[in-house]
Amino acid sequence: MSNARSLIVVGASYAGIQLAATARELGFEERIVVVGEERHAPYQRPPLSKGLLTGKTTPEQLQLRGPDFFEENGIELMLGQRATALDAASLTVSLDDGTQLTGGWIALATGARCRPFPLPGAALDGVFNLRTLDDAQRIAEAADRATRACVIGGGFIGLEVASALRSRGIQVTVVETQPRLLMRGLPPVMSDYVEDVHSRHGTQVRTGLGVRQLLGVQGRVACVELDDGARVECDMVVLGIGVLPNAELAERAGIAVDNGVPADRLGRTSAPHVLAIGDVAHMELPTVAGTPKRMRLESIQAANDGAKAAASLLVGRHQPMNSVPWFWSDQFHLKFQMAGLPLPSDEVVLRGDMTTDRFSVFYLRDGAIAATHSVNKPAEHMLSRKLIAERARFTASQLADESFDLKKSPPA
Amino acid sequence: MPTIHYIQKDGSTRDIEAKPGSSVMENAIRGNVRGIDAECGGCCSCATCHVYVDDAFVALLPPPDDMENELLDGVAAERRPGSRLSCQITVTAALDGLTVRVPETQS
Repeated sequence: MSNARSLIVVGASYAGIQLAATARELGFEERIVVVGEERHAPYQRPPLSKGLLTGKTTPEQLQLRGPDFFEENGIELMLGQRATALDAASLTVSLDDGTQLTGGWIALATGARCRPFPLPGAALDGVFNLRTLDDAQRIAEAADRATRACVIGGGFIGLEVASALRSRGIQVTVVETQPRLLMRGLPPVMSDYVEDVHSRHGTQVRTGLGVRQLLGVQGRVACVELDDGARVECDMVVLGIGVLPNAELAERAGIAVDNGVPADRLGRTSAPHVLAIGDVAHMELPTVAGTPKRMRLESIQAANDGAKAAASLLVGRHQPMNSVPWFWSDQFHLKFQMAGLPLPSDEVVLRGDMTTDRFSVFYLRDGAIAATHSVNKPAEHMLSRKLIAERARFTASQLADESFDLKKSPPA
Repeated sequence: MPTIHYIQKDGSTRDIEAKPGSSVMENAIRGNVRGIDAECGGCCSCATCHVYVDDAFVALLPPPDDMENELLDGVAAERRPGSRLSCQITVTAALDGLTVRVPETQS
């Protein structure tokens, strides 16, 4: 199958579907094919670690688009098929059933996979990764029978799973190797707050401790043995130890790879007409003092905005990704909303009272707001996205004063 | 099943039969209504499923809670009296005929 100018998207992910949809919306008239490895119709992943585990969200609610969307928009979905090779020179993708797709553009939206658990016991029954809908449904089923669960990894996924399982009445222990929770993205003041929230709900949080091994009885996990010899008895284990980008297809095609596939703000990789979007893309960020030139943000916002930027390239009306990074997390009754990327050197300013579970933490850099972490304060989050983009200037005392109207400061 | 009328940006209307208990946002996605982005998938985090509820129906809806009310302050298009986040409106039999208008922009 060949069409000189068509778009072949590898990955029926949020990013992949958004690219196809936006390309159509912007008037891209050539053939569009989206190849996806999973058999499910394209779906939302964020609820997999949240509502799907508590039963608040059903699998039907996860669908990214309606059943007629793809036909209506002339987007061909090839589900249950895996791309096995990419020839970057001829822009040809080979699938595992022998099909070859040649296009004018190839977009890699291959996402990421769970980091393999390197210690003994990973293959025991009752030990789960979480990435796909099938994974989440297996965890939800196991939770129906479990009374004790151990979550390995105190990042966002681990803590969301811990919150969902605890909300179902399961005894939960979270084990984190680093000295504090969410160390990669949050400063100590927020880590302490989050740990307190989970403790208040009766979750055991063990930080600064590695796992030695998982021990089973008759092939089924029974406990997690920690570095200090302590044993956490449990009926199930959920691993939340991070992901690895699925960059092998690009690497074997000779495309530059470095923590995923480096891409510019239009999604362009080192190979002409090969794009990378979503979790696999190590995408260039808008220039902000002090923050890295590029990051793999592993967020819906990055998938969404990266895909829209790439679509603008396809129709020749370039709109490089230019948005403030943001993401969210739901844990217990808390809505965490995070905007911008804080640095350890930023001045940290608290607005509101942490004990009320309604507050924002602002990060000041060179007199301007660089990032904001809000808890149950959606208005301050939405406003922050604007203020960060405008590099709006405030003093720490203005930010800390809840009677001071943040809408009033002129941008720098 | 109750029918919801979505008036899209180009003025065309999509009529969608909605299951009671589902949200106005979910039905928009299922029915391919253009201009409702719903980036967060309906968990009241992103303010990209903004709609203007027709005057006749505003009073039939439970008012927005604090979270929704705050997020509505951050919608990309103008906030008007009928502004709601469609992920927070649950379809009931009483809402048969509900008419919502899609705003100019969501982001």
